[in-house]
Amino acid sequence: MTARPLAVVGASAAGLAAAEALRRLGWRGPLTLIGDEPHLPYDRPPLSKQLLHGAWEPERLLLRSKDQLAALALDLRLGTRATGLDAATRTLTLDNGETLPCAGVIIATGVAARTLPGAEGLTGVHTLRTLDDALALRARLTGTGHRLVIVGNGVLGCEAAAVARELGHDVTLVGVEPIPMAAAVGTEIGELLAEEHRAHGVTLRTAAVAGFDTSGGAVTGVRLAEGEADAREREGTRLPADTVLLAIGSTPAVGWLGDDPALDTTDGLRCDAYCAAAPGIYAAGDVARWEHPVHGRPVRFEHRMNASEQGMAAARNLLAELAAEEGDQSAFADAFEGAPPERRPFAPVPYFWSDQYAVKLQAYGLTAGADRIETTVLDRAGRRAVALYGRDGHAVGVLAAGLPPRQVRGLRALIAAPVPWEEARERVRAATATG
Amino acid sequence: MKITLDADKCCAAGQCVLVAPEVFDQRDEDGIVVLLDAEPPAGQHDAVREAAAICPAAVIEVHE
Repeated sequence: MTARPLAVVGASAAGLAAAEALRRLGWRGPLTLIGDEPHLPYDRPPLSKQLLHGAWEPERLLLRSKDQLAALALDLRLGTRATGLDAATRTLTLDNGETLPCAGVIIATGVAARTLPGAEGLTGVHTLRTLDDALALRARLTGTGHRLVIVGNGVLGCEAAAVARELGHDVTLVGVEPIPMAAAVGTEIGELLAEEHRAHGVTLRTAAVAGFDTSGGAVTGVRLAEGEADAREREGTRLPADTVLLAIGSTPAVGWLGDDPALDTTDGLRCDAYCAAAPGIYAAGDVARWEHPVHGRPVRFEHRMNASEQGMAAARNLLAELAAEEGDQSAFADAFEGAPPERRPFAPVPYFWSDQYAVKLQAYGLTAGADRIETTVLDRAGRRAVALYGRDGHAVGVLAAGLPPRQVRGLRALIAAPVPWEEARERVRAATATG
Repeated sequence: MKITLDADKCCAAGQCVLVAPEVFDQRDEDGIVVLLDAEPPAGQHDAVREAAAICPAAVIEVHE
């Protein structure tokens, strides 16, 4: 009996990691990898860094070589969008009209960049999520001295601002939050970053964006909303710009799943602690909102590390479920080699990093949503700092700026599981006292 | 098994060192990966494969 395929929807970091893990763990049956972009799987973090800068060309971003992909024996469907899933029968619909009944499905469709009303079709207004986005923005910023307004002062906006300054452009970073990246890392680390951006000549503004000034279909400026947070800045509510980058966050790509009552698609695809959204249906990466067993609440991360780790976890748990499934098992057994893996809750220590100028931030655990933050600036001019993030009396996250790798790894061990706040404070002090 | 690195792509996450500390290390000054053993013994192979799969910058290539 021929096994139905396993399908992975989404051919970026999480989807690729899932496909590789399915093979590594013993799946020898058909394996379909579906990606809506035309490109071979590539890495996204360099888009706002080395690729935008021009230091790297797109080939450098490929996650695997053609030979490595060939060894996976994939039914690789690039430039193909999944348009529907019937969870009960595990059947995918594709944009070419094809229906694909599967033995199991891993959903890794990621997120899509948010945009603003009036931005569509306007020359010079960009988002930055895909390789094509990054190449278009890079082409737009050819030469020096462009007037670039970046809307959104989160991680992406900050990284793009740093690169654009290094390329010699005039950069204004506009955020509704007065301090860059404050929601992700807190106000004190955010203020340290703000100082670094100002020192490199970035103009920081606090405002919402009301719209765009245009001429002949091209953007000529950004209009800031009246009543912006800093009233002193109100006189200049128009920022001239020939290029605008919208870096205002993203939305999970769940629209294609429709309103199947078996799936909860509120802020991502909701999964249990095993990354399962429904029997035989798993999710991984930016799109997955799963019950973190250590933190005891549903979380969703748009972090590169989580994409790989969760892709691997979803693959493992899907195979474990299929191996244990009731019914005719001959098809699965024929397509599987070795001992089926054990089902394991997915309990990673989250990690993210950000590079801005020469500053590297590295964070473990949960830094957003903290109810207390203690930041120790070790060297203000050198942008060396450590911050501890707490929730409900426990330390749940830690961030390092400019610390040596051994110390950074030590900090990870410290918050691998929530630690009582006072104990964690002492340990952070001890860990950073010698550096 | 042979390991090759594209260390210019390394983002200094250090996940390889956590997974396979006998095979990978990081430079003290910038955290860039250092290969301790390019042909590790069989007992390390699973850890090395995991490190390659998990590396967030696709730096580690494993030839088997």
